[in-house]
Amino acid sequence: MKPNSPLALAMQRFVHHRLAMFSLGVLTLLLVLVLSAGLIEQLLGVDANGVDLMNRMAPGDEVHLLGTDELGRDALVRLLYGGRVSLFVGLVAALIAATIGTLVGLAAGYFGGRLDALLMRTTDSIVSLPSLPLLILLAAIDLEKFLPSTLANSENVSFARIVVIVSLLGWTTVARLVRGATLSLKERDFVLAAEGSGGGHRSIMFRHILPNLLSPIIVAVTLSVGNVILLESGLSFLGLGIQPPMASWGNMLTNAQETIWEAPMLAIWPGLLIFVTVICFNFLGDGLQDAFDPRAEL
Amino acid sequence: MPEPAIALVESRALSRTFTVGHGARATYVNAVDAVDLEIHAGETLALVGESGCGKTTLGRMLALLMQPSAGQLLIRGQDAAGLSRRQLKPLRRHVQMVFQDPVSSLNPRHPVESILSEPLQNFDLYPGPERRERVLELLEAVGLAPRDLGRYPHEFSGGQRQRITLARALVLNPDFIVADEPVSALDVSVQSQILNLLVDLRTRFSLTYLFISHDLAVVHHIADRVAVMYLGRIVELASRDRLFASPGHPYTRALLASVPEIRPGKRRIGRILPGDPPSPLSPPTGCRFHPRCPHATEPCRREAPQLAPMGNAGHLIACHNAEALA
Amino acid sequence: MTRFVVSRIGQSLLVLLIMSFVIYGLIGLMPGDPIDMMIASNPMMTPADAERLRALYGLDKPIIERYLNWAGAALSGDLGFSRLYAQPVLSVIGPALGNSVLLLACTIGLSVSIAVPLGVLAASRPRSLLDYGINLFAFAGISVPQFWLGLIMMLLFAVVLGWLPASGMAPSGASIGEQMRFLALPVATLTIATVGGYARYVRSSMLEVMRQDYVRTARAKGAPLRRVIWLHALRNALIPFVTILALDFGSLFSGALIVETIFSWPGMGKLIYDAVLGNDYNLAMVALMFATGLVLFANLLADLAYGWLDPRIVVGGAQI
Repeated sequence: MKPNSPLALAMQRFVHHRLAMFSLGVLTLLLVLVLSAGLIEQLLGVDANGVDLMNRMAPGDEVHLLGTDELGRDALVRLLYGGRVSLFVGLVAALIAATIGTLVGLAAGYFGGRLDALLMRTTDSIVSLPSLPLLILLAAIDLEKFLPSTLANSENVSFARIVVIVSLLGWTTVARLVRGATLSLKERDFVLAAEGSGGGHRSIMFRHILPNLLSPIIVAVTLSVGNVILLESGLSFLGLGIQPPMASWGNMLTNAQETIWEAPMLAIWPGLLIFVTVICFNFLGDGLQDAFDPRAEL
Repeated sequence: MPEPAIALVESRALSRTFTVGHGARATYVNAVDAVDLEIHAGETLALVGESGCGKTTLGRMLALLMQPSAGQLLIRGQDAAGLSRRQLKPLRRHVQMVFQDPVSSLNPRHPVESILSEPLQNFDLYPGPERRERVLELLEAVGLAPRDLGRYPHEFSGGQRQRITLARALVLNPDFIVADEPVSALDVSVQSQILNLLVDLRTRFSLTYLFISHDLAVVHHIADRVAVMYLGRIVELASRDRLFASPGHPYTRALLASVPEIRPGKRRIGRILPGDPPSPLSPPTGCRFHPRCPHATEPCRREAPQLAPMGNAGHLIACHNAEALA
Repeated sequence: MTRFVVSRIGQSLLVLLIMSFVIYGLIGLMPGDPIDMMIASNPMMTPADAERLRALYGLDKPIIERYLNWAGAALSGDLGFSRLYAQPVLSVIGPALGNSVLLLACTIGLSVSIAVPLGVLAASRPRSLLDYGINLFAFAGISVPQFWLGLIMMLLFAVVLGWLPASGMAPSGASIGEQMRFLALPVATLTIATVGGYARYVRSSMLEVMRQDYVRTARAKGAPLRRVIWLHALRNALIPFVTILALDFGSLFSGALIVETIFSWPGMGKLIYDAVLGNDYNLAMVALMFATGLVLFANLLADLAYGWLDPRIVVGGAQI
């Protein structure tokens, strides 16, 4: 990245946004922690999946820093592994949704006419559906009915399934944003000049319009990571997302409701981490938005 | 003044209509109405008029950046009207455009080298290291430095950006350039620099210009012939000296009357126009200028006048009363 | 304008139709033999009836035919039997719908009555500490997982303090006070999550109105500040706000689903969840259709209001 490029200038503006920088710091710390879950597991000498029914819902001590859950497993390490899953789902699903949304929005905005009308009506229709009820339905499907049995029962299928489901509904925000930005970019003289220079549709869309779309796309992706994490944890909480024994912040809270009287901290930690993560992504997205477009009003 | 030899660019009954509104409420705007124009190789034809008169639309059609609704557009004898994008591509090597707004005419994400190389990439010209050399050649021609290759548009002033735009227009070695108000957005002190650059480039590369402007002082500096446009139609066409010395159409006279003195001591024969230019959405009947024309007569309301020579064969006027007013 | 209204209503109906097919198809992919479960759910059905129904809806039939048969029956009033509740589906949905309406109405009422004054206050003191505070609170509201917030509320008020019941609904015939005790936590949870966002919207809407010339003229004429804000700006800012509420209904409904599940509030959300997980496919089908229809309807109303409010938008195929 060249030091004088528009991207570099935006980065300079960004570092002045204190809340966003702080959020970036928190998220980086979180990322480091969840990625070193294995290391911490070894250091403490605990096992994330080690059931110990003698030691259920114990309070924190030197070994189990945050206590144990309802099956005697170490809470801290499960939190870290769960964070890994939740963050990964969030980022991957947000990227997939952004890719779909960008293609849809770019095509709609650039070509206009009937394609635009069709794509936008589809987008609007999906937006006007109740998201969670339909996600529940999608999540409850018996995969064996259309996937080969080995695939349907594999360990990572709940993970893949939730990524697919969440992306299915999440691309609409990006699509609308990208379409709006494309419409206004299309009118700029440099697009006309590109046509005059012999550029075809593909060249104009991907060489001229798309690079100028990157800033709103980055903002939209950052903001949607938070939303995706909320959706995933909600579904996992309801028992429809990530399946135990694989931990996610959401499914760690599933049983917390019953154990809330005995071990309240088990109910607090996972949700707190979700909250902190999501709000940091939202602040980050806000900061990025200000950095890329300082003229935008609050 | 070049002899009227080859018509490099010729338009016959060229028109462009826009639709405003939808369904039952749709109305049509005749932005350009059956324009006949010839631009000769090597000349600079100026196109003047107020905003909304259709000069930008006409310019874009001649620059192959907008499809005509009707008529013919001959570029070096080949009709470009109605061609597909793919068919138009080879013609683009001969016709290029320079835009008015120095800010929006350059992609803010591309450095100069990328902007200037793009046309060469599209046509696969000057492969390899020759490409950079060609780009450097053009940078020098427009008065920029080699170190500007890696810089981004926002690092340049308005005048410099117009130089970049000019360089981009020249990179394919075109014959014909449509310059749409190329200096209007610049500070006055910079305007003359860019104008002089245009003149130099014209000689150096044997260019033909269509120079669109609303500023008659600028036009006087650079044009060989001048076409005056009003509400989508050409109302007068003459050599520069003749137009400024003895304008025939009442609109031209009014335009000139509102310009600060070009040649001191010249007798002003026009009167300043009252009112605003009418909206192109509902143009007047007959001669479109008649509601504001101090000399309007009965035929002016009924019948639109055609461009006809008056006296000197190179001087065309569209006015029923041209003889009377001479 | 009428063309827009008609086309917009038509669009909603088309989506509803398509969704009914999609939902029917997805239910067919549920664990077990969903079709058989749907058929056999009525305990009072004779084997002869079951055979007849299997002939109509059985899995050996192509899905289009099954769907059309189901749709035909549904439209003529036969919505099937609920396995879980041993009652016709409609008699289960009725009360559930009422409970959700109660919950949502209280939430919206509370949320709006807090958000509007907050938003106006923030707009009248832009960039003040109060303004930033409200902004922060709004950010928190959209970032907090609602199921966790509900658990925390439950923890605090039911477990630790013991003031309020942890779940359920007041038995029928209970006093208003008793009902409110059960409503308190679910409504509070939903309100906390939404009020920030609403306040922020009211704030920006107010700021935009106040920026307009006629308000500045009124202020220049010397009208007292409060009167200017409340009378002119508020009225104009509220109309788009109501539209936003309608557009937000979908996410409110989703939030209510989670809150109902946590607090065992017997509403539509909990019904959908129980039905899907409990393999009660007749109930799930109808409940999902109801939910889809409701949310589509709210969005339709919002779009129509937008179209009526801003005549520049729309007519035919124009894009905003």
